[in-house]
Amino acid sequence: MNDKPLIVDNVSLNFGSVVVFEKLSLAVERGEFVAVVGPSGCGKTTLLNLFSQFLKPATGSVISAAQVRMVYQHDSLFPWQTVSENIALGLRRLTEEKVRDRLLKEMLELIRLEGFANHYPHQLSGGMRQRVELGRALIGNSDILLLDEPFSSLDYLTRIRMRNELARMLIQLPRTVVLVTHDIEEAAQLADRIVVLSDRPARVCAEFRVALARPRELTHPEVVTTVHKILAELGLEHERGKVVALQ
Amino acid sequence: MPGKTASNKERFLPLLVLIIALLIWTGIAVLRVFPDSVFPSPLDVAKGFIEELRTGRLLDDIVASLFRVTTGFGLAVLLGVPVGLWLGNHARARAAFLPLINFFRSLSPLAWIPFAILWFGIGDLPTVFLIFMAVFFPLVLATVAAVANIPSVYFRVARDYGFSDTEMLMKVTLPAIAPQVITSLRVTAGLAWLVVVAAEMIAGRAGLGFAIWDARNGLRMDLLVCGMIVIGVIGIILDRILLQLTKIPSVRWGYER
Repeated sequence: MNDKPLIVDNVSLNFGSVVVFEKLSLAVERGEFVAVVGPSGCGKTTLLNLFSQFLKPATGSVISAAQVRMVYQHDSLFPWQTVSENIALGLRRLTEEKVRDRLLKEMLELIRLEGFANHYPHQLSGGMRQRVELGRALIGNSDILLLDEPFSSLDYLTRIRMRNELARMLIQLPRTVVLVTHDIEEAAQLADRIVVLSDRPARVCAEFRVALARPRELTHPEVVTTVHKILAELGLEHERGKVVALQ
Repeated sequence: MPGKTASNKERFLPLLVLIIALLIWTGIAVLRVFPDSVFPSPLDVAKGFIEELRTGRLLDDIVASLFRVTTGFGLAVLLGVPVGLWLGNHARARAAFLPLINFFRSLSPLAWIPFAILWFGIGDLPTVFLIFMAVFFPLVLATVAAVANIPSVYFRVARDYGFSDTEMLMKVTLPAIAPQVITSLRVTAGLAWLVVVAAEMIAGRAGLGFAIWDARNGLRMDLLVCGMIVIGVIGIILDRILLQLTKIPSVRWGYER
């Protein structure tokens, strides 16, 4: 067993003349939930694409030593397949029909869509669709879950609900998770470690740890403090101490 | 329920319009706005219809026209969709061939009539050729556009879950383009039906288009109108049949979202 199933080591990558990463290093531990935040276009999604082996670095090495599943920003469910057919994609290697059916049924229960097995994605709400996406990525024997702004297209309340859903699912099906997000609250509410990336070429400019069990209250003091720290790091808010000093 | 009554009423509306149209037609015929010889009454047409049915000529003509449309349309679909898929997936080939395909798409298939007769004589072949020319190019373009519109994330997902190349085609590309292709099948089938009538008028020895032309030559305006009505009704039926394709559950997403 590898203790750090996801590692980017000294990685450089550029798209033409745009340098995205220059000697970036980051390791994710087994079972850890890491959130990656940073300015728009700093290469957060590119980092996920490296982890999923979709992109190769120019120099440096990337290790993803386990079965990786990705949940995308936009609707990535196959609209021509039903909810259960979409989720069953995650079970393609499983040939035993009985086991497949059982796992599928359990997953539908976990994502609370038991009555929707034969519905098509366009017949579901945005939140339900995203639960199906999570179901597809979590079913079977995947080890690593890469989340690319999975809730960004949802409204605020649904987004908060989905964070709790994700936390609940991960208790039942623990995974190593990397979440890329613009939503600082989301990062603070969900992650064990929040990695703040700088502008391009991106480097890790800060890391914050939140040692609270999930699911967490959005208004828990430690979550709120972490949100403040991240915002301050991104230059979007004065640090608490400094605000007090100004008064 | 009030809603249900409303929909029942709506169902009767087309029938009402039809009856009014028939009444106006009868009125013009009875009032002799035009001479009898060039404006048959609905009764004349009905009589002509029965006559055509009795002699079996109408059925023969319908079979002849439908055979040509089915053959020409079928060939165009069998070739057009794969060509569209190939062009959709190969940017260079697309850049090379698209102007030519657009050119032929813009050219009325009827412009080919002289060549069709010179090359294939009179009968089924020239008509099948003309229908093929009418359907093939628009269908290729529609397929190319549909392939180009497939969100790339579907291929990412397919790759993530280990799809083979064949699966990419059969389980991603084809279902993803199905709604758009079905829509264009409906459009091009209508086009094929328009072309068959025109082609048979000139290059046919049987078929509904030929029947109309023959009726005109024999100054049988009742049979001419009878032919027109049959052509219109079959056109609607063809579209209704293809409309059923849009009701397949796995393509509904293309029309509902």
